[in-house]
Amino acid sequence: MSGGNPIWQRQWRAFRRNRRGFWSLALFLVLFVLSLGAEFVANDKPVMVRYQGELYFPVFSTYPETTFGGLFETEANYRDPFVAELINEDGWMLWPPIRYSHDTINYELSVPAPAPPSAENWLGTDDQGRDVLARLIYGFRLSVLFGLILTITSSVIGIVVGALQGYYGGWFDLSGQRFVEVWSSMPILYLIIVISSFVVPGFWTLLLIMLLFSWMTLVDLVRAEFLRCRNLEYVRAAQALGVRTPVILFRHMLPNAMVATLTYLPFVLNASVILLTSLDFIGFGLPPGSPSLGELLGQGKANLHAPWLGLSAFVTLAVMLSLLVFAGEAVRDAFDPRKYNDSAA
Amino acid sequence: MSLLRLEDLSVWFNHPARPVVDRVSLSVDAGRTLALVGESGSGKSLTAMSVLDLLPDGAGRQATAIELDGENVLNWSAKRRRALRGGRIGTIFQEPLTALNPLHRVERQIGEAIRIHQGLGRTAIRRRCLTLLEQVELPATEDMLKRYPHQLSGGQRQRVMIAMALANDPALLIADEPTTALDVTIQETILNLLRRLQRERNLGILLISHDLGLVGRYADQVAVMHQGRIVETGATRGLLENPAHDYTRHLLAAEPGGHPEPLTDQAPTLLNAEALSVSFKGPRRGWFGRGAPLAAVDDLSLTLRRGETLGVVGESGSGKSTLALALLRLIPANGKVALLDQPLDRLSGAALRPWRRHMQVVFQDPFGSLNPRLSVGRAVDEGLRVHHKELDAAQRAERTRALLQEVGLPADSAERYPHEFSGGQRQRIAIARALIVEPDLLILDEPTSALDRSVQAQVLELLKGLQQRRGLSYLFISHDLKVVRAISHRLLVMRHGRVVEHGDTERVFNAPQQAYTRRLIEAAYNRTVSEGGAGDEKQAVAH
Repeated sequence: MSGGNPIWQRQWRAFRRNRRGFWSLALFLVLFVLSLGAEFVANDKPVMVRYQGELYFPVFSTYPETTFGGLFETEANYRDPFVAELINEDGWMLWPPIRYSHDTINYELSVPAPAPPSAENWLGTDDQGRDVLARLIYGFRLSVLFGLILTITSSVIGIVVGALQGYYGGWFDLSGQRFVEVWSSMPILYLIIVISSFVVPGFWTLLLIMLLFSWMTLVDLVRAEFLRCRNLEYVRAAQALGVRTPVILFRHMLPNAMVATLTYLPFVLNASVILLTSLDFIGFGLPPGSPSLGELLGQGKANLHAPWLGLSAFVTLAVMLSLLVFAGEAVRDAFDPRKYNDSAA
Repeated sequence: MSLLRLEDLSVWFNHPARPVVDRVSLSVDAGRTLALVGESGSGKSLTAMSVLDLLPDGAGRQATAIELDGENVLNWSAKRRRALRGGRIGTIFQEPLTALNPLHRVERQIGEAIRIHQGLGRTAIRRRCLTLLEQVELPATEDMLKRYPHQLSGGQRQRVMIAMALANDPALLIADEPTTALDVTIQETILNLLRRLQRERNLGILLISHDLGLVGRYADQVAVMHQGRIVETGATRGLLENPAHDYTRHLLAAEPGGHPEPLTDQAPTLLNAEALSVSFKGPRRGWFGRGAPLAAVDDLSLTLRRGETLGVVGESGSGKSTLALALLRLIPANGKVALLDQPLDRLSGAALRPWRRHMQVVFQDPFGSLNPRLSVGRAVDEGLRVHHKELDAAQRAERTRALLQEVGLPADSAERYPHEFSGGQRQRIAIARALIVEPDLLILDEPTSALDRSVQAQVLELLKGLQQRRGLSYLFISHDLKVVRAISHRLLVMRHGRVVEHGDTERVFNAPQQAYTRRLIEAAYNRTVSEGGAGDEKQAVAH
């Protein structure tokens, strides 16, 4: 994180000094990395199988049941007591801590779904008999990944548009501003609802639709920074040296405009996650069956007699968003020049 | 008994053991002016602000006594001390544009202090405001009261500030660099106004300044500050004529002097500009209309020979900097510009790029002219990356290091970042950045204006040396006539985008042909220049 530039070093130190923000970011990163390996944490397949002296990795590849001496050509169902018995006779299986994937239905429930928390399903099951904890883990990963991709892509577009507007100014800037104003006044939620009514949106189509309407967040900010920077003397000096425009934009102006931008990123990420969750909640988001926090919240609302549904989705969302807000606040304070001047005095 | 007396005042930021104002004692008498003189960072302003309880956050203060009319205000409550500000003590700050609230009209700017301290009604406040406007020699009209700061000129803003400071009939006026941001001819009138008000009201003035010429003319007493200590105090005339302390002598010696090396007659022409004009769009009128375009540079011609320095002087708004940008082809301009007999005005984009190497620029602001996120080495070798693509990193580093040494910077500068350098050093870096491509012409836009006098002298010496060694031509833009005289062979006086006068430097200084030039010179040297005749050569400092 040092990178040699003393300004970044100073900001990194200022960020570290905010203990709440620092630990929030650390905890969030731990949770995120864990959820990236969700297949190893919650899965209906064992991580590793040893059968007749050979090693199999069902997480990575599919083996037909016949591999383990079964009857069918289809993929082995390791939760099937018959298959488990076959394997355990001449080997062993290494299971993840949670033996359910997000779409594994527990057919052995002794009570009608949604089932309350038990030793088998730690947070209970949803109304289709799927393990809530497994769905939370996969849902967390999906939400954060979706939010990250949306944040990064919309920031890149927004920064480029804002940079060009601010650098060139004049008519280009003026027409760009008017377009952004018109475009951003479209009601995005309703548009997505309308679009979802004739196409069933998948992960990428949903991302694209949201991207169409969320790239404007940073435009104004970056534009203002570039408008300010373009008349600074070091930019003039670079122009006088004959430095090419893209180099001026990206080497001289962008790093100085990025301060304001980076400050916003955690909050943009939060907004993206919330948008996806709310779409899922009302049923216009990711395709049915996807592990999504919004869908779980929706189930909680539909099954008020099963409070574990709503509660676990709520706690997960609240923790995730709070961690991001705390980290975002720390980033903002670290980049605030008045703050680190105070600490230097 | 003195009006204001400070005894053993210390101010510190980190630790009391490292004070930035160190046991300062001084006193200001009623009806007299004490000038606090020193370079930036010497603690002048902090000394004044600690009288007003206006120290920045995190600063600590200690004093044996801060006495006003014999009463020690340190024993007063914070509330009672606050009533001093704008009451018994008026303050004038350096930059009138930022010291005035841009959203308040003149009436409110002045009236606010009256309302707070005297609690008068609306009509009484208005009457008082009009009287004050009259006293500061502004038109005492309703129209004036209704104006916003941006509708006033720099001198008018400073007059409004003085009116604000005088609103509650203070006994003491603290003037913190009151004329530094103003043009020379306006400086003069503002200081004369202050002197008149002082006589009428028996004001004590604490004048903070770095300008010894100005201090010599307007102060009765001088206290010289250096690194937080007062090194010398005394009556103005005696102190300036017979300085006892080395530092005072050093300050006095730093007044720019000397002349440029004479030029050989057969030096070839380097730059030739003919009928150069730059105009900006006029102000908006209604929805689609526009007012007449404003001519920032108007039909201007100049030539510059190899090894020559052409000084361009003029007050702010005269189009000096616009001229620089137009010559550099950084803004669109009409007219002909030829460098080394190559017409540049028809070239643009890629065709212009190779020619940029011959013409470089150094700007005024030592803080804005370097990118804070690039190391010094990276900033300086940028020109090599553009114009000498054949060099590898090691060769670039070698050239950068050699040049940084030539401009007088420490050997390890290349790896460091701009914030680690002082203003003068930053200006050296900016000069190195321009010189790395070995230009023939260097355009210097107020290169020393933001620097202290002694640093100015060093930078001027550096520029003269570089000119000698490299045969550089300079276009030296400045509002400071003393500096221009020290370096320029020829002089070009600009006003409203036009050339007022043009000729050899000494000829212009000794026998100005135009009334405007004469006024500029008189304001800079505080002496009368007879028309076309030799001026009184006595330096202002010696008065």
